[in-house]
Amino acid sequence: MKQIAGDSLSAQTIAVNEGILSKNDVFAARNRSLFASRRLLVLNVLSSPGSGKTAFIERTLTDLRSRLRGAVIVGDLATDNDAKRIARSGAQAVQITTGDMCHLEAEMVGKAAGQLNLDNLDVLIIENVGNLVCPSGYDLGENLRVVLLAATEGEDKPLKYPVMFKTADVVIVNKMDIAEAAGFDRATALDNIRRIAPQATVFEVSARTGLGMEQWYAWLEQRCAQKQPSPSPAA
Amino acid sequence: MHEVSIMQNALEIALEHMRRQNATRIHRIHMRVGALSSVVPEALEFAFDVVTQGTPAQGATLEIERVPAVCYCPACQIEFEPDGYFYECPQCGSLNVQIRKGRELELAFLEVSQQTADDRRQMTDGE
Repeated sequence: MKQIAGDSLSAQTIAVNEGILSKNDVFAARNRSLFASRRLLVLNVLSSPGSGKTAFIERTLTDLRSRLRGAVIVGDLATDNDAKRIARSGAQAVQITTGDMCHLEAEMVGKAAGQLNLDNLDVLIIENVGNLVCPSGYDLGENLRVVLLAATEGEDKPLKYPVMFKTADVVIVNKMDIAEAAGFDRATALDNIRRIAPQATVFEVSARTGLGMEQWYAWLEQRCAQKQPSPSPAA
Repeated sequence: MHEVSIMQNALEIALEHMRRQNATRIHRIHMRVGALSSVVPEALEFAFDVVTQGTPAQGATLEIERVPAVCYCPACQIEFEPDGYFYECPQCGSLNVQIRKGRELELAFLEVSQQTADDRRQMTDGE
């Protein structure tokens, strides 16, 4: 290729200093203000494939049916099986089929939220694509990040995916009913979580048997209640 | 991994800034990639060659500035680069620290140029 003589004369440096994901951040801010206007508590649920995200969400919404009104946005690579499972709890569910995408983006969540009736809802749960790397940089406009790991994945999982765990508000250790059989070193796991993610509230549960779920429900209900206007003082 | 889509976003931002300057070519793209961005610089470099094909940034130099994680301990009022997985203050051992740097994924600056009528004439003359 021929060198263009004039190039060096007219070359100039432009300062940009713009976030590569700034477009996503704009959509996330839009989602956040929509959710805030509806006083919705929004959770972004993240884990590896097979940690039990869908079972956890399904059980939460089924058990809390009479106490909390919930809806779910499910991200999945190809199928709508998870949305069908969640719909059995009676909650509204919208599927986002991401194709080859390894994470959800705020714009997709905004569109999916548009398909839900957001009136009279307390909690919106976003089930992200099973992946502990790619979704970490994408703000969806959520209030809380809930990161799950299963006892069967081993106690060093937080060390393998520190970036994700450092962004967690809540860490759920699932499949505790079979932790012993899986040789799960509970003390080391909890210590790893505490040291990687000291900011996170930790719950040890089994979404299958219901073990430990009541503590999670009490915490979740309290967070939902904080979203509601405080009752006006009695006249 | 989604470095191709990250690089596509970066290229779109770069082209937008190039057009705003009425420039027609991009020679250099300088990015900042934090240690906590979940993005692999080598994968970005590979993606760069692919996504710039046939664009005004084809053949441009990609510079990646790696930004290490930097934490701040409010108790000791010091900044430190954490060593390993656990972000513990080297002075007091506290885990109650703030992450100040390392999440960056930014397009820092560009070098662009405008192809003038003289340039075009010279090119034609040379052929």
